[in-house]
Amino acid sequence: MSVHIGNAENAPSFPRAARAALINTQLRTNVRNATNIIQAKRNNMTGELPDWEELREAGHAIKNHTLKYLDLYLEQFEANVTRAGGMVHWATDADEANQIIGNIIADCTGKEIIKVKTMTSNEIRLNDYLENSGITPHETDLADLIVQLGNEDPSHIVVPALHINRTQIRDIFQKKIPLHELGIDNLTDDPQQLAEAARLYLRHKFLTVDIGFSGANFAIADTGAVVVVESEGNGRMCLTLPDVLITLLGIEKIVPTFRDLEVFLQSLPRSATGERMNPYNSIWTGVTPADGPSEFHVILLDNGRTSVLANGEGREALNCIRCGACLNVCPVYHQTGGIAYGSVYQGPIGAIVTPQLQNLEHSRSLPYASSLCGACYDVCPVKINIPEILIFLRGEIIRDEQRTLLGKFQLENIAMQAMALVFSSSGLMTTAEALAKFAQGPLVHDGIINRLPGMLSGWTNSRDLAPMPRKSFRDWWFQREKDKDQ
Amino acid sequence: MSAESRAAILARIRRANGVADNPARVSQQQHEWSLLSRAYRARGNLDDAQRLKLFDERIRHYNGTPFYSTGNIQSDIANILTERGKQTLIVPAGLPSEWLPEDFDFVPDNNLSKQQLDAADGVVTECTLGIALTGTVVLESSPTQGRRAATLIPDYHLCILRKGDIVELVPEAIRRLESIKGRPLTFFSGPSATVDIEMTRVRGVHGPRTLDILLI
Repeated sequence: MSVHIGNAENAPSFPRAARAALINTQLRTNVRNATNIIQAKRNNMTGELPDWEELREAGHAIKNHTLKYLDLYLEQFEANVTRAGGMVHWATDADEANQIIGNIIADCTGKEIIKVKTMTSNEIRLNDYLENSGITPHETDLADLIVQLGNEDPSHIVVPALHINRTQIRDIFQKKIPLHELGIDNLTDDPQQLAEAARLYLRHKFLTVDIGFSGANFAIADTGAVVVVESEGNGRMCLTLPDVLITLLGIEKIVPTFRDLEVFLQSLPRSATGERMNPYNSIWTGVTPADGPSEFHVILLDNGRTSVLANGEGREALNCIRCGACLNVCPVYHQTGGIAYGSVYQGPIGAIVTPQLQNLEHSRSLPYASSLCGACYDVCPVKINIPEILIFLRGEIIRDEQRTLLGKFQLENIAMQAMALVFSSSGLMTTAEALAKFAQGPLVHDGIINRLPGMLSGWTNSRDLAPMPRKSFRDWWFQREKDKDQ
Repeated sequence: MSAESRAAILARIRRANGVADNPARVSQQQHEWSLLSRAYRARGNLDDAQRLKLFDERIRHYNGTPFYSTGNIQSDIANILTERGKQTLIVPAGLPSEWLPEDFDFVPDNNLSKQQLDAADGVVTECTLGIALTGTVVLESSPTQGRRAATLIPDYHLCILRKGDIVELVPEAIRRLESIKGRPLTFFSGPSATVDIEMTRVRGVHGPRTLDILLI
C-alpha cells in the first residue's frame, strides 16, 4: 500500500511555504476578507440556535461511535448499496482508487466526466490520472472551475478559490472560456456576470456528458444512501443527469442511520458557509428506475485512514465533516492562506489529518503550524480537540526523531534534555537562573529578547523571548518563607 | 483485487480498534447507538400560525416567493404563471389534472429528453414537506413530484405545498421522512446560489433560478 495525499510528500515545509505566502499582500488581503465574512456569518448562524452545544455534543458522540464500529457500518452500507442496485468497490490507496475509476470509465463510451466538488478526488490526484489516460474531467463547482481553469491550487476545503479575487477570476475566464461562442462580450468582474458565464459554459456539459463523478458528505449505513450538500445545483446536475455515476468516499464518511442526518444537516451548513441550510442537499440510494443514473459505483477509500484510526490519540481527526470553520478562525491560516500547507486539507484540521494519513512520514512541519490558541476546537461542529492532537503529534514526531542518532544529537534535543534535567532539580534550577540573569544582559532590547546568538537563534527565529525577571517567583517565594519564620 | 482490498481494509480497521470479526458485536453496536447523547431540540414549540409565518420569512430570505391559495388551486396556478409569464410547463404524470388551468401548455414528463426539459419554461410539482426554521422544501421521487431531472433542468419551479406539511425543525423533518428514506430526496432552500466569488452571494447558478411556492 502506498499512501499519497495530493502532492503533500513533495511539498516544501510549512515555514518555507509560509514565507512565500506572507509577502504576497494580494493573497493575504483576499484571504482575510473572505475568512472574516464567513466567520461572521457562521457566528450568527450558530448563535441563533439555543441547542448548538448539544448538536456539537451529539455530532461528536455519533462520530466516535461510528469509528468504534466502522467495520460493521461499512459492511452494512455495502450490503444496502448492493441491494439497491449499486456497485461497491474498495481501494486501499490512491493508486488503486484511480485504477478502479479508470476501469469503470473505460467501459463507458464517453471520454469526458462532469465532477462535483470533491476534496477526496484531489487527495488521489484523480484529474491528473484521468488526463494521462485521455479522459477530460470537468470541474463544475464554480470555485473548482476557477481553480482548474487557472491552474491554481485549492486554498480552502470549502471555498477553494478564496484566495482569488473577482478581477483575477475575470482574467482566468477571458483566457480559458470561449466567451464569444457563448454570446458573452465585455465580461466585467461583477460576480453576477461571472457566475452567468460559468452557467452558460457548463450548461452544455451537463446536458451532454454521460458520466458523473462525486464525493460525498455522508454515507448512511442503514439505508446505503449517499448525501451531497452543495449550493449551486451543479451537484444535482452531476448526480442526476448522466447515465453512469461514480462516487468516491473516504471510509470515515459513514454515519450509522438516516436519523443521524438530523444532527449533521444542522451543524454542517451553519459551520461551513453560515447558512441555515445549504441551497441543495441530494440524498440517493443505489439506482432508482426511471430517475437518475442507471449505473452507480461507490469506491470506499482507505488511503491512510486506517493508520489514523490506529492512532489512539489522533484518531478523532477522522470525525471531521469538512466544514472549514477551523480554517476561517485560525490566526495562522489568516496570515498564510491555505496553499502554504502543501496539502488538499489545509488549516488546523489539515495539520492533523495530512501528516497522520501519511503515517507521519511526510508533512511533519504541519503540527507546528499553530499557536495552539484553541479557537479551532471552540468552533468545531463535532468537537475535535485539534490543539490536543497537534501536541500529541508534535510529541510523536520528537519521539520518532529521538530514535535516530542524528536526532538524538540535534541541538534542540540536547537543549530540551538539559532543560528537563535542570527543571527536575532545585539546586540546578537556582544556579541556572542566576547564570541566565547574568548572561542575558546584552541580549535584552526594549524589554524582550528577539535574537539569541549562535546555535540558540533557532528558538528566537519565530518567537520573542521574555527576559528573566530581576526577581524570579522562586526568589520571591524563598524570601516570603524566610520572612514568615522571623 | 477489490475483494482482497476489502478484506485488508476491514482487517486493518479491526486491528486498529482491537476487535475480532464477531457477529455478537452487532447487537452491542445497536444498543450503544440508541444510548448516544441527543439533548438537542427534537420538537419545535411554535403554533401553526407562527410556524407558517417563520416559513414565509425564511423562504423570502432565500429569494423564494410564497403565494397563498384562495381555495381554487387551478386559478391560483393560472395567476402565478401569468404573473411570471410562463407558458410551457413540465408536469409529473401524477399531478392532479384538475389543478391545471387551461390556456397553458402542460407537458407530462413521459421520459422527456434532457433537451426537451431544457426547452420548457418551467415545471410544476407537489412536494413532501417544508422546514420553517431553515426555509427548506423537500422533494421525493414520486408520481406527483416527478423525477429529479424534471425539477432541476427547467429554469422556473412552481412548487405546491400543503400548510399542514410544514414542520418547524430539521429533526422533525428527518423523522417524517423515515418511511420514504430509500427514495431519492432533494432538499432545497431557495433557488441556487454561490458565494465562491469573494463571498458575495450570487443568486442563480445551475438550478432553477426562480422558485415560487403555492401554499394550499
